[in-house]
Order: sequence, then C-alpha cells, then structure tokens
Amino acid sequence: MKIQRHGATLGLIAAGALLLTACGSDNNAPAGSTGGASSAAASTEQVDCTGKAKLSAEGSSAQKTAIESFVQVYQQKCKGADLAYNPSGSGAGVKQFNAAQVDFGGSDSPLSKDKGETDAAATRCKSNPAWNIPLVFGPVAIGYKLDGVKDLTVSGEVAAKIFNGGIKKWNDPAIKALNGSATLPDKDITVVYRSDESGTTDNFQKYLTAASKGAWTQGDGKAFKGGLGEGKEKSAGVAQAVASVDGAVTYVEWSFAQDNKLSVAKIDNGAGAVELTPETVGKAIDGAKIKGEGNDLVLDLNSIYASTAAGTYPLVLATYEIVCSKGYDADTAKAVKAFLTVAATDGQAGLSAAGYSPLPKAFQDKILTAIKAIA
Amino acid sequence: MSDPVVVKPPGGTGDAGAPRGASAHTPVPPPEAPIPPQTEVEPKSPHVRPGDRIFKGLATGSGIFIVVLIGAIGIFLLVQAIPSLALDNVNFLFSREWSTGDVSNMRYGILDLFLVTVVSAAFALIIAMPVAMGIALFLTQYAPRRLARPFAYVIDLLAAVPSIIFGLWGLFVLGPVLTPFGEWLTSTLGFIPLFAKGNVSIALGGTIFTAGIVLAVMILPIITAVSREVFDRTPPTHIEGAIALGATKWEVVRTTVLPFGKAGYVSASMLGLGRALGETIALTIILSATGSNFGWSLFDGGATFASKIALAAPEFNDPKSAGAYIAAGLVLFVLTFLVNAAARSIVAGRKEYE
Repeated sequence: MKIQRHGATLGLIAAGALLLTACGSDNNAPAGSTGGASSAAASTEQVDCTGKAKLSAEGSSAQKTAIESFVQVYQQKCKGADLAYNPSGSGAGVKQFNAAQVDFGGSDSPLSKDKGETDAAATRCKSNPAWNIPLVFGPVAIGYKLDGVKDLTVSGEVAAKIFNGGIKKWNDPAIKALNGSATLPDKDITVVYRSDESGTTDNFQKYLTAASKGAWTQGDGKAFKGGLGEGKEKSAGVAQAVASVDGAVTYVEWSFAQDNKLSVAKIDNGAGAVELTPETVGKAIDGAKIKGEGNDLVLDLNSIYASTAAGTYPLVLATYEIVCSKGYDADTAKAVKAFLTVAATDGQAGLSAAGYSPLPKAFQDKILTAIKAIA
Repeated sequence: MSDPVVVKPPGGTGDAGAPRGASAHTPVPPPEAPIPPQTEVEPKSPHVRPGDRIFKGLATGSGIFIVVLIGAIGIFLLVQAIPSLALDNVNFLFSREWSTGDVSNMRYGILDLFLVTVVSAAFALIIAMPVAMGIALFLTQYAPRRLARPFAYVIDLLAAVPSIIFGLWGLFVLGPVLTPFGEWLTSTLGFIPLFAKGNVSIALGGTIFTAGIVLAVMILPIITAVSREVFDRTPPTHIEGAIALGATKWEVVRTTVLPFGKAGYVSASMLGLGRALGETIALTIILSATGSNFGWSLFDGGATFASKIALAAPEFNDPKSAGAYIAAGLVLFVLTFLVNAAARSIVAGRKEYE
C-alpha cells in the first residue's frame, strides 16, 4: 500500500475526526421546575476556598444529578475549584473511600458495621470515626403508564401487592377501592424493576416492608425480590421501558419519571392521597428521626416510611456523604468543608428543577453543624 | 548455480601438464595441492550478533509474558472465587437460583447463566455464519475489484462501532421493529419450544431473540474479515483449473474456494463465537432480567455471565459476595478457553490443500 496514495484520504479523515470532536452538547439539567418553594432558606454563606482545588468523590448514581448541580454552584463560589464525582455505585464509592482513593463517598445506605465498613473507614480516617451526612433527598416515584388513567392512588399495601404479584390486573378491587372515580382497564400489570443492584431498590423494598402492613414479606436488599416482572438496567432503562408499554409500572427516581413523562401515583399512607411535590417530600423529611449519635446523622428511615402524618409523601431516598470527622490533611479538610457547605446552602436552590428535594431548615442546621465540625 | 567457467586446454581434461601421446616412460603423478596441516582447533561457535540476541530475547519474552498473564488472570479468578464457592449452599454448576445478598446464606448456581450465554451466542452464530460467508464470497469472487475495496472498508467499519451503541440501537430501534414479528412467531410456531412464549414480554424488546440478532451484527465483521482473507488466498491455479474444466462460477467456488477455505472459515467463526460469549455491555442494556428460569425459548430474557457481573459490579461491597460473581466469570473464562481449543483442533486436523 503506497502511503502517498492514501495520505490524502487519511489526512481528510483525521481532520474530519478532530472537527467532529468539537461537536457535542453539554448535559443540561432537566427543565421543568414544579414551582418548588423550598422550606430551606438558601443563604449565601462565606466559605473558605483556600483548600485543595480538585476534590474527588465516588459513589451512588442516585445523587449524580444533584452533585452536578452542586458543583456548578461550587465553581462559581470558589474560582478554580472543582469536584470530580464518579457515579459508579454505592458499593464502589464506600470501597474507594475506605481505600483513601477519594476524598468522600456517596452511598444510598450508611456505613455498615456488620460488613466491617465502619472499621475500615475509621482506619482510613486515622482512628477517627467517619460520619454519614445525608445531603441529598430524592423522592422515588411509582411511575406507570396506563391509557386514560392520569390520576392513580395507591397505598403501601396495594403497592406491595402490585410488586409481589398479589394484584395482577389494573382493575383489581383493591385498586378500585382507592380510586373511586377512575375507570380502570382490564389489563395485566407489567412490573418493571432494576436489574442492576441499586440503592433505589433497597430503599423501595424497605419502604414496602415498613408501610405495607405485612403484605410485603420478601425482605429488602439491593436486588429486587418481588419474584416477578422484568428487569431493566439503571433508572434510565426502567423509565424508558415503562414509557414504551401500556400497563407497565415501576419505582424510579422522580427526575427520571418526569423526563420520560410517566404518570406518578399518589400515595395514601392512611391520611389521604398525597401527591409527589417538593412540599410533601419536605414535610416527610422533617419528620425523620436521627438514629446516629452526635454528628453522625444516620437516619431512621422507618420513621419516614411508616409515618401516617397527613400531607407527607413517604417514599424518599436519602443519600449519605461519607466523610472523615478528623484525619484529613489540612487542605483536603478545608475543601471538603467548603464544598459541603455550598451544597447545603446555595446549592439547594437548583435541586427542585433536578427532581430532588431541598433540605428542610431544621435539617439544614444539623447538617451545617456537622460539616463545621470536620477537622 | 553457476560454475566458474573453466577453460580447458584443448584436447586435454584433468591431467594438468601431461600431454597426450606421452612418451613411454613412467607416468608422472600429477602434482597435488598441498594439504594444510591439521590444526587442532575447536570448531568455533557461530558468531551471534547483539541485534539477534536482543530480538530473540524480546520475542521470547513477549511470548512468555502472554502466557504468564493468562495464568495470572486464571489464578486471580480462582483465588477470589474459591472462598465464595465454599460458602455456596447449593450446587454451583446445576442450580438455577442466584441470591448473594445475605452473605451467611448464599445460594447461587450458574445453570441459567450458562444456558442463556450459550443459546444467545449460538443463535448469533447461526445467523452470522452464512451471511459472513456470503459477504466474503461476494467480495472475493463476484464483486468487481473497484467495488470490493470500499465495501470491505464499510464492513470493517461495523467492527469499529462501540458495543454500547449496538446495545442502545438494539433496545430502542431493533426491539420495537421486531415486536410484531416476534409476536407472530410465538403465536404461529409457539408449539416448538424454541419459539414458545417466553418469560419476558416481547414488547419490551429484552428477549434473547433481539439480543442474538444484535450479537450477530457485532460478530459479522470479524468473521467476514478473516474469511475474506482466507478465500482470497485460494491458489489461482486451482480456480483456473476448475474454470478450464468448464465449471460455472458457483461450481468453481464449491469445488476450490470453499474446501480450501473451510478451516480458516471455521476458525473465523470461532473467533466470532468467542466475542459473542463475552459480550457484556450490549447484553446488559438489552436483555431484560427475570426471576423465572430459562425455558429454552428464544423469547426468554435473563442474563449472561458477563451481563450478570456487569449489573452487580458497582455495588460489590463484600469480597465474599463479589467472589460469587467472580466464580461465574471463571466459568466463562474456562468456557471460552474450551471453545478456542475445540476450534484449534478442528483447524489443525485439516491439511491446506485438501
């Protein structure tokens, strides 16, 4: 092969490839704010930007969009600062944090003592405990697609039966009882679940265990245990699958349900049907009890899931940032504190548009106290 | 070989000096070339230049390095898998359950994974092999030279498409297109187990049927590229001989090109099969997970070895449960090894010109 003969073609291809790499669109946060009046006052706190310029974090993919919006605000506040977040999964995040590969981790569940995670984290933090700080609250929507039915109400018990096969058709009497006015078609329910291991599945199953009055006996965990339905990969996969099949239902983070125009079911926890809005989610978080000690803010999620307070949407997923209480070097500590402070204050403003729930004021104060105590 | 031209004296050969018609006195023995004295010296070993030595070292080193690498991977898989295998509460090879969430009560078996992997790869191979042979024959025997080259570039371009693009294409484009065909197939030919109604819905496009077709498209360029090379190497004398005997184009191909290229074609298909067995991301996106067992239908869903590991890997938080998945990976490693060994033995058994 004579190089000269193909040189012109190769040159054209190389130039064309370089040209095309310039094309691309930035990942824009999904538009469509639902008029979220956040109950947290977004204050512009002064942060100390003199710490490490490039932070790294890894963990749960459920909070990926939230972290991205936090980073944008952080970069405005601290010029030249950046955070690289790798949404590889809660398990990977905790592992990397314990191995001191990243500055903090993001996890859908707090550090587990049984699995030795608390001890490994304490070793990483030079014999100081690691704290779980719940920074991002994402509502989980029960998204469905059913022609002609835009308004559906389910209770914890009905949801459990739908997802474990107790209720097989949309016009089942149990569903009819909660939806007096709707005309439900005689259609099979197609359940779609997360085929990959996921914190969303874990939290959803914990909710069903707590709120279904014994109808859900399959337990919880990162793998779906309902025993029926089809699994699709990641939130995007399940949301798109439901959008394409009439009569399908799934549990998915709210932002994905919005993006794929799924109908979101109202949840009746005993005090009437409650729609998924930032206010109702904020009320639910307000009622959360903390079972961690001091600044380790591990939540007792059953207090949210099993609550029967009126006007609360109970199906909420909390993602924790796993940080060292002490044991960081000075630069890292300053940078971590700066980022988390920005995230807990100014960063909250952009969360509703991204499908998350801003922190209620009381919670925000607790979190800021914990962040300030990081040394 | 050219001998130096020896000019012989006219009328005489060999005898140096003695003229013909010599006088009757006693013949003088021809003078002999002096034999150098035998020096008692060891035969010198051939002089090895440094360049040869370095190159030999590099080549041997690379060969050894690859073998060591494969061995190291195998040992890594074993070391990670054995503690978890010891904790398995059911038969690893024949159980259909898979629950590794509770480390104290792990029950996992690879039978379903094995069946889905093998069936999807075999289905892809059955579709891809004839098409690849057709393309290779077309490019080498039937197409005009000017058309063949750009066409070959296009086929090779198919190999450059990332697998995730194939996965997304399969899920969003091919799935909906195949849905009516799949539903027709299950309703008319449903009595055959292979086409029976599966354990996932056809509408969601997550069946082995869709996945197999996407896999076939992915392995097509590999099989075509190697087969094309092999068919090109058919000795022209064979082809010309067949034409001279009056064979038609198809008979030429059938009697000369195909027998010559059979071994190469089979080894190309095994290469493609290896790719299909190990394909991860496309199948992770396309195949719908299901809690039911594999029912020998092309319209079932499930997971292959590779996609099962990919679905669980981000949430590994315990070496014991991770070891269960690594054990599944070890089975895939051994399976690919066996498939390649079988391919090699098929190829080795054939002589080139038969």
